[in-house]
Amino acid sequence: MNVSIDPALSDGRAAAGEPVAARLLEARHIVKRFGDNVANDDVSLALAPGEIHALLGENGAGKSTLVKIIYGALQPNEGEIFWKGERVTIESPAAARKLGIGMVFQHFSLFDALTVAENIALASPKGVPMAELSAAIEKVSAEYGLPLKANDRIADLPVGIRQRVEIVRCLLQSPDLIIMDEPTSVLTPQEADQLFVTLRRLASEGCAILYISHRLEEVRELCHRATVMRRGKVVAETDPTRETVASLARLMVGSEVAAVHRAPAQRGRPRLTLDGLDLPSKDPFGVALVDVKLEVAAGEIVAIAGVAGNGQGELFDAISGERLGERAAAVLIDEVAVGHAGVNARRKLGAAFVPEERLGHGAVPGLPLSDNVVLTRHGTADGLVARGLMRFARAAEIVAFVTERFDVRKGVPDPEARALSGGNLQKFVVGREVDRVPGLLVVSQPTWGVDAGAAAVIRQSLIDLARSGSAVLVISQDLDEIFEIADRIAVISRGHLSEPEPAATMTRERIGLLMAGGAEKKGAA
Amino acid sequence: MRIELIRRAEQSRRMALLSPVIAVGLTVVFSAAVFLISGVDPLAGLYQLFIAPLTDAWSLSELVVKAVPLVLIGVGLAVCYLSNNWNIGAEGQFTIGAITGSMIPLLLPDFQTPFTLPLMLVAGILGGAAYGLIPGLLKTRFGANEILTSLMLVYVATLFLDWLVRGPWRDPMGYGFPQTERFNSAARMIMLGDGRMSVSALVTLVVVALMAVMLAKTLKGFEIKVLGASPRAGAFAGFSAKKMTLFAFAISGGLAGLAGIMEVSGVIGKLQPSISPGYGFAAIIVAFLGRLNPVGILIAGLVLALTYLGGEGIQVALGVSKRMSTVLQGVLLFFVLACDTLILYRVRFISSSRKAGAHA
Repeated sequence: MNVSIDPALSDGRAAAGEPVAARLLEARHIVKRFGDNVANDDVSLALAPGEIHALLGENGAGKSTLVKIIYGALQPNEGEIFWKGERVTIESPAAARKLGIGMVFQHFSLFDALTVAENIALASPKGVPMAELSAAIEKVSAEYGLPLKANDRIADLPVGIRQRVEIVRCLLQSPDLIIMDEPTSVLTPQEADQLFVTLRRLASEGCAILYISHRLEEVRELCHRATVMRRGKVVAETDPTRETVASLARLMVGSEVAAVHRAPAQRGRPRLTLDGLDLPSKDPFGVALVDVKLEVAAGEIVAIAGVAGNGQGELFDAISGERLGERAAAVLIDEVAVGHAGVNARRKLGAAFVPEERLGHGAVPGLPLSDNVVLTRHGTADGLVARGLMRFARAAEIVAFVTERFDVRKGVPDPEARALSGGNLQKFVVGREVDRVPGLLVVSQPTWGVDAGAAAVIRQSLIDLARSGSAVLVISQDLDEIFEIADRIAVISRGHLSEPEPAATMTRERIGLLMAGGAEKKGAA
Repeated sequence: MRIELIRRAEQSRRMALLSPVIAVGLTVVFSAAVFLISGVDPLAGLYQLFIAPLTDAWSLSELVVKAVPLVLIGVGLAVCYLSNNWNIGAEGQFTIGAITGSMIPLLLPDFQTPFTLPLMLVAGILGGAAYGLIPGLLKTRFGANEILTSLMLVYVATLFLDWLVRGPWRDPMGYGFPQTERFNSAARMIMLGDGRMSVSALVTLVVVALMAVMLAKTLKGFEIKVLGASPRAGAFAGFSAKKMTLFAFAISGGLAGLAGIMEVSGVIGKLQPSISPGYGFAAIIVAFLGRLNPVGILIAGLVLALTYLGGEGIQVALGVSKRMSTVLQGVLLFFVLACDTLILYRVRFISSSRKAGAHA
C-alpha cells in the first residue's frame, strides 16, 4: 500500500504497515444491510493513534452507516471491530464513550436555554459537582485553544462556539478517538483554521481523528490518510496530500465531474430589490433582519454567503412572502412593491422559490411528484387548475418534462416525494421551478447534500437561467459553490447583509471577515 | 424470535385497502372471545351481531336509518382529520343543528309550506357550522387545543337541549314529559317505503358524491391534503392553515348539523333529551375505518350501523348487554389505527437463531 505522511503534518507516528496491535481501531469486513439495500459492503478501515483520517464519499456512499457502527449506534450484520487489538462489540454510544470513542455531530445536540456547563453536565457521569465541572471545562477548553466560559448561555453563542462546546464535551471524556462529522460546514474560514490547529494538537498527543467531510481542499490540508467510499464499498485508500482536489473528486464519484460553464454576465434591469427590509425575530432565539438592502438584476447570479443560522431562513421567508414585513415597498419584484403580498402573488409576478428543506417545505413527503408540481404552480399560468378542478394530466406532463431535463432518477413514473433520494428530489424541486423560466429565482442551499454529478447539473441550470435574462439569488453556505456560480457575493451575519461585491475581486478571507461580523459593524455605523 | 417493523419506501396502496378489512376481522375474533368468556356460544353471538340484522327488510331499512347520520358526520370529520384539525365534538354540532333546525316548526308552527323542510335543513346546517366554528376560532385566535374545546362543547350542547325540552320548549300538552310538540307534517322528512327510511338517505348519497369529487379533484381538496400532511409546505404553496381550520370546522359542523336536523325531523319527529345514541362519536370510527375517503366512509357507516342493530339483537336474543356494541366500536377503532401501521411499515420476523449467526 502506498501511504506516506506529509512530514509537515506528521507527528512521527507512522500510520500503516504497523502490526495490528499498534492500531487503535480496526474494522474488518463490515457488512450492514437495510432491507435489500447494502449500506456497507465488506468495508474495512484501520486507524492508528495520532492519525487524522478522512472518510470521503458522496451522500449515500455509506459513510454515516460506518461511523454509526463504530460509535455503537448501529450493529453490523457481519464483520468484526478491534479496539486496541482486542475484539469488541460496541453495543451503544455509551459503550463507545466508555471505550474512549467520542463523536462530534454535524447537528448539535445542545439546549439553547441552558449554560455551557449545564449542557456538558447532562452528558457527564452524575455526581460531579458543578463548580468542579465548570473549572474543568474552562481549563480543558483553554488548553486546546477553544476558550469557553462555563456560564455562557448557549442561545447567546455563535455557531462556531457552540461547536466548541460539543468538542470540549467530547474532550472531557479524554477519548482516544474522536469522530467529526462535517465539522467545518458551520464555520467561517478563520474558525475552520482555528479548529485545524486544535485537531493537529490533539493528533500530536496521540488522539486519532476520523474526519468526515466533502470539502476536499481541507481534507488535503489536514488529513494524513483518506478512505474513499462509493456505493457502500471502500474504493480507495490514499494519501490525500498526494492527490489533487480533482483526483479525489474522481475517486468519490467514479467518473469525471462535469465542469460548470459560465459566460460573463450582462446585467440588465433590477428584478429583485430589497430596500431597507426589516423583519423582527419570530422566537427568542431567532435572528432579526436589519435594514437589508440588495438588488439582483436580470442576467446575474448573486450569492449570499454566511454561517448557518445568521438570518438566511428569515431572509428567504421575507422574499418568498411566507412572512410578511411592515412595509410593502421593502420588497420589489420587477419594480412592483410586494412586501404585503403572499407567496402566490409573488409567483404570479414571475418569481420562483426553492427553500433549503426539500421534504416538508419544498415538497410534501407523502404526495406523488405530480401533486408536488401543483404545490408551487397552481397559482401561475400553467394550466394546472381549471375552474377549481385539478388537471392531473398536465401535472404528469410537467413531471415527465422535469424528469427528462434534470435526469431525475426514480423507480416509477410518479413516486411519492419521500421515495426519491436527496439528490434526485433536489433536482426535481429545482427543476420544477426552473421549468417555469421564472424572472426571479431565489434558491436556498441549491446543492445541500447532493452528489457532485447532480450538483453540477443544478448549478449549470442556475447559470443558464440567469444568462437567459432572469435574476437568480442563491443563499448558500458552500463557498466553493458560491465562487463557482456567483457574479456578485454578499455576506449575511446576524441579520445584517453586506454590500454585494463582484465575485472576481472577492476573497475567502474577506468573506470570512464579513461572516465574523464585518457587515454588522458597517450596518451599525 | 423478534418482530421488526421496516419502513416502506412508499405507502402501500394494497395495505391502505386491506387494513380496515383486517381490523374488522380482528374485531370479529375479539367479539367471539368476549362471547366465550361471558359464557355465550360465540357462533350464536356472532350470528346475532353481524348476520341476523341483514336477514329481513325491516332491519335493512333500519341499517340505512342508522348509517345516514354516521356517514354524513363521518365525511365532514374526514375533512377535519385530513387537514389536521381534530374535531371530536360532532355530537355537539349534531345536537345544535337539530335545535336550530327545530326552531322553525316549534317557534313558527303556522309556517307550513313546501319550503319549511328545506329551510329547516339550512338552519340545521348553519347552526351546526356556527357551533363547529367555536373551537375553530378558539384554535386560530388563541391557540386553544381543539380536541379539548370541541369535546367540552358536546356537553354544553346536550345539556342545553336537555334544558330546552324540560323548560321553555316543553310541550304543554305532553303530560309533563320532557319533550317538545310533535313537528307538523310540513316539517317532517319525506319517507321512503314503509319503514323509517327517508329522503335523508338520498341527501347523504349526494353529499358523499360531492365530497368525493371535492377531495379528489379540486384544488380545495388538494389544499386540505397538503395542509394536513405538511403545514410548512402548505404555507409555501400559499395556503392558509388558519382559514383551513375554519373551513374544516364549518364543513364538519354543518354536516353534523344537517344529520341532526334530519334525524329529529325524520326518525324522531320532535325534540327530546336524547336524540343520538352517540352518532357523533361513532362517526370518528367511521371516518378512520373508511380511510377518510367518502366512499370508504359510506361502507364504514353501514358496518358501524350493523353493530348498533346487532347490539340490540344480542340483548334481545341472548341477554347480552347492548353496551357490547360500544365496546366493539372502541376495539374496532383500536384495530384500525393499529393496522394502519402496515401501510407505511412492513413486518419482518427475525428468528433468534439467525441473529446469533450474524454476530458469531
